[in-house]
Amino acid sequence: MTRELTKPLPWNWWLKKTAYFRFMMRELTSLAVFAYALLIIWALWSAADAGAFSALYTFLSNSLSLWLHVVILALALYHTATWIALTPKVTVLWRNDERVEPGLIVGATSILFLIISGAVIWLVLM
Amino acid sequence: MSSSPDRSAPLFWLLFAGGGTASAMLLPALVFVTGVAVPAGWVSENDLLSLVRNPATQFVLVGLVFLFLFHWAHRFRYALVDLGLGLIGKRAWLFYGTALVGTIVAGLAALRL
Repeated sequence: MTRELTKPLPWNWWLKKTAYFRFMMRELTSLAVFAYALLIIWALWSAADAGAFSALYTFLSNSLSLWLHVVILALALYHTATWIALTPKVTVLWRNDERVEPGLIVGATSILFLIISGAVIWLVLM
Repeated sequence: MSSSPDRSAPLFWLLFAGGGTASAMLLPALVFVTGVAVPAGWVSENDLLSLVRNPATQFVLVGLVFLFLFHWAHRFRYALVDLGLGLIGKRAWLFYGTALVGTIVAGLAALRL
């Protein structure tokens, strides 16, 4: 086995270029996904007991929860935007020997996102 | 050193992609519900409780916890490696184990209802 001589990157390499920073932010949107999974677990766990669920419901109006939701929403929207931007690279569609325009796939996925979001909000609020 | 291919890698990548798609499509709307609709009083405590207690909702929520956690595990552990924290990031079991435990806890919570 040969050993490569690699110079370790400085810890702040991702702060040195906007593109690197955007990449790191994109990867760190996973923390928002993680945090929201914990909230769902809390909701499922507390739903067995009306008192425990009441504590969760009250917490959602707490300023700590509101600030966390602002941060999570920003990261979630960035995740959605970057994920949709990648769809034409993952799904290459062909129509009559012609490649379907990447912009068309991005547009279709964006419309799908809006329909799903509207449906979820409608289902909860109706 | 023999390097046999890691046969679990495609599975974790698939879960990463599935969780990435599920969260990209659903997370902003869910955050709107718990971060705007609930504090604004558009959804009452009773309505939210009966929604969470609905078996169909529970099934979806446990599925989302499973996908969200495995998406996080895969992406976050490689982000740590990129940040120079490879000693933590390379301990795969720590992340996939956390995701598995979280999924089991969510599943048990749903069964308890």
